[in-house]
Amino acid sequence: MREFIDGAEAIARGALAAGCNFFAGYPITPATPILLHMLRELPKVGGVGIQAEDEIASLGFCIGAAMAGAKVMTATSGPGISLYSENIGLGIMGEVPLVIVDCQRLGPATGGATTVGQGDVQFIRWSTSGGFPIIALCPTNVLECYSLTVRAFNLAERFRCPVFLVTDKEVVSTLTSVNLDDYQAEPVVERRLAPATGDFVPYRVERLDDVPPMSPFGGPHLVRFTTSTHDERGFLTKDPAKVDRLNRHLAEKIEAHRDEIELVRLDPQAGAKTLVVSYGITARSMQEAVALARQRGQKVSALTVYSLWPVPERALRQAMAGMGRVVVAELNLGQYRLEIERLAGLLDGPRPEVVGVHRVDGELIAPQEILERVGDG
Amino acid sequence: MNAFLTPQITTYRDMAQAKYPFCPGCGHGLILDKLNAALVKLQLDPRQVVIVTDIGCSGLSDQYFSTNAFHGLHGRSVTYATGLKLANPELKVIVIMGDGGCGIGGHHLLNAARRNVGVTVVVCNNFNYGMTGGEHSVTTPHGAKTSSTRGGNLERPMDICASVAVNGASFVARTTAFDNDLPDLLARAIAHEGFSLLDIWELCTAYFVPNNDFSKSALLGTLESLHLPTGILQTTDYPEYSRAYRQTYQGAGEQGSGGAEELGSRGAREQGSRGAEGHAGTSAPLPLRTSASLPTLYPHRLTAPLRLVIAGAAGQKIKSTASLLGVGAVLSGLWVTQRDDYPVTIMSGHSVAEVILSPEEIFYTGIPKPDAMLLLALEGLRVVQRQLAALTAQDTLYVHTALLPIETTARVVPLDFAKAGGIDRRSVAAAAIAAFLRHTNVYPLEALQEAIRRTQRPQIAAQNLAAIEASASL
Repeated sequence: MREFIDGAEAIARGALAAGCNFFAGYPITPATPILLHMLRELPKVGGVGIQAEDEIASLGFCIGAAMAGAKVMTATSGPGISLYSENIGLGIMGEVPLVIVDCQRLGPATGGATTVGQGDVQFIRWSTSGGFPIIALCPTNVLECYSLTVRAFNLAERFRCPVFLVTDKEVVSTLTSVNLDDYQAEPVVERRLAPATGDFVPYRVERLDDVPPMSPFGGPHLVRFTTSTHDERGFLTKDPAKVDRLNRHLAEKIEAHRDEIELVRLDPQAGAKTLVVSYGITARSMQEAVALARQRGQKVSALTVYSLWPVPERALRQAMAGMGRVVVAELNLGQYRLEIERLAGLLDGPRPEVVGVHRVDGELIAPQEILERVGDG
Repeated sequence: MNAFLTPQITTYRDMAQAKYPFCPGCGHGLILDKLNAALVKLQLDPRQVVIVTDIGCSGLSDQYFSTNAFHGLHGRSVTYATGLKLANPELKVIVIMGDGGCGIGGHHLLNAARRNVGVTVVVCNNFNYGMTGGEHSVTTPHGAKTSSTRGGNLERPMDICASVAVNGASFVARTTAFDNDLPDLLARAIAHEGFSLLDIWELCTAYFVPNNDFSKSALLGTLESLHLPTGILQTTDYPEYSRAYRQTYQGAGEQGSGGAEELGSRGAREQGSRGAEGHAGTSAPLPLRTSASLPTLYPHRLTAPLRLVIAGAAGQKIKSTASLLGVGAVLSGLWVTQRDDYPVTIMSGHSVAEVILSPEEIFYTGIPKPDAMLLLALEGLRVVQRQLAALTAQDTLYVHTALLPIETTARVVPLDFAKAGGIDRRSVAAAAIAAFLRHTNVYPLEALQEAIRRTQRPQIAAQNLAAIEASASL
């Protein structure tokens, strides 16, 4: 059996499959359909969906609900991420499991509301003050909207941090035929709760890269949550040793576990000297370009990046080794190319030339445009 | 709580943090002592109480209580409180914020009042920003001197109580930190089901007092000169939001929970007595639920992708009719994608759908060069000029006769809807798509008719099915 649906609906279904029971959002093109799906579906499963007065409140509601025990998601577009910024920081500092869907549109500020873009890629990585890591996943089609939403919830529970699902206008709103049998989801990761008895120390970790278990507000323990630099009990501190330990922990719990987060799809060809790298909607053009190139007898490998942040460095470095050229295709002026160039510089032996295929005119990158850069490599 | 069964709680202060950090004479300590007295009076389970604080000196308050604590960002405390309450209506959520927070978070304050979400907001109102150096706030009286209004404040003060009251706050009170009845007032506000706010006037001895030669009597005099009454200013008892949501949207009555179900995490590991060290458990995701699964019922005749652009105007049902074409294609075993383009004002201007039909999976969904176009209105024609110019002699252009003549190298098939009869603006797209299917035999017309019957309400379906009949003569 098949159906004809868009990514917005698949994201909502993925969230429900993952046990999401709270959603707050504010209408914004092209993310609104996710809000409407969640407002409609959540009460049916005993959850709560609410339209907040603005994006700041949307994420505030989500953070409060998450700490009261809910599995939460919100969805917006770039201008909404701008308003989420301070609460993204709170999500990092307070260690809140949180899924944020960004349906990217083109340009700064209001930009092109109904126009595709991939210009938020660096923004979501550095979207809040202090410069601490987040996790970001990026689906290329409707089925991956479903599976990566489930994965985003799982990573949020595993690492207690904001996890972004980076989509765009095309991925969320293009109706697509899909096979129901092709929906895949990993098992749902349960929230790790502290034992109900004994002393509960909300931010105590044995090792820097450990993730502390939670206890919900209203549960068996008194809980302290704070936006400020804190000790393991959640009290404000300026003790340099404690401050250092907290800040290193917030980075280390993610950085030390990149292997659990890294997700790419490599489509290698023996003897290829050109590698194409892309993500999101543009990875679909890449797939078509690579098929066309191979039909022509050209040898080319392709890599789709699903885990944009942290950068899947191991997989990328392996795939880039021995290449003469790496082509990076994206709907911005080279944001992820920066990461690829950085990694190319770290390779042993000859370093590949890194070239970009970029568009910021609201149109998708056509396979032919990628093919041209493969062709002269 | 039954005092004979449960030991009386004598304080909600965290005695490990006995001494407040506030300046000598600061009103915050007075307010916190009276909040403690109110909590003692109410004898609430500390685990069911969350003190949510904002930023500023008053933001330090949560650390001095043996309840739950949530210390959040400046002005946003009310939003966290709302999230807590929505997720668990059993919680008693108390926000402590300053006049600064009422400024930067004023929008949230008004909306929490309007929503009547059951949180209590305690405003420690000392007319300036004590933590950052005594700058003026939204409640600084006119003419008052602060570090940012050296020549006197030119702005008029915000009346916090009136602002939330006019927006529907169901419990509003104003008083001072010196008020001996404050514990009772706080207890009433906390016990209140809906949104409650207390605007508590107090002294900032570090800045506002020395800058303005201010005092307790000057504070009382300011209340009088501004004609601001004290005491309970408004009480209503309309439904609290988190419970009303459960009643209205979840049908909470059926679950017998009294409308106060908390949101546990499904599959969350039991917070039992056994240790939860080690890895979190996992569970299978919910089975996929879909309301519109589509079997393959019809054959198709495509051997290569066919890229179609349908360009019309708002009101011509371009988008919904294009998706009928898509559903029909799925019923015929094809792969389909549909991209829509229309202005944000959806009821005017163009409406364009780009549909790719393919025997194989579709990756790139753009159509720089269509294989066929359906031109149904001038508005659409204007925005597809580049695609129109890309057509070759092998391609087909189906055109509403009203738009002819059109300069193109493609083969032109005129669609004379007026002559066919029985086709109105809302069914012109269905008729055009039917004509396209008859002409190309991409898939049988029956599949389109089946798509209509499966996905459209009977009345709309009847109109479209009639238009398809009428299109036979196009």
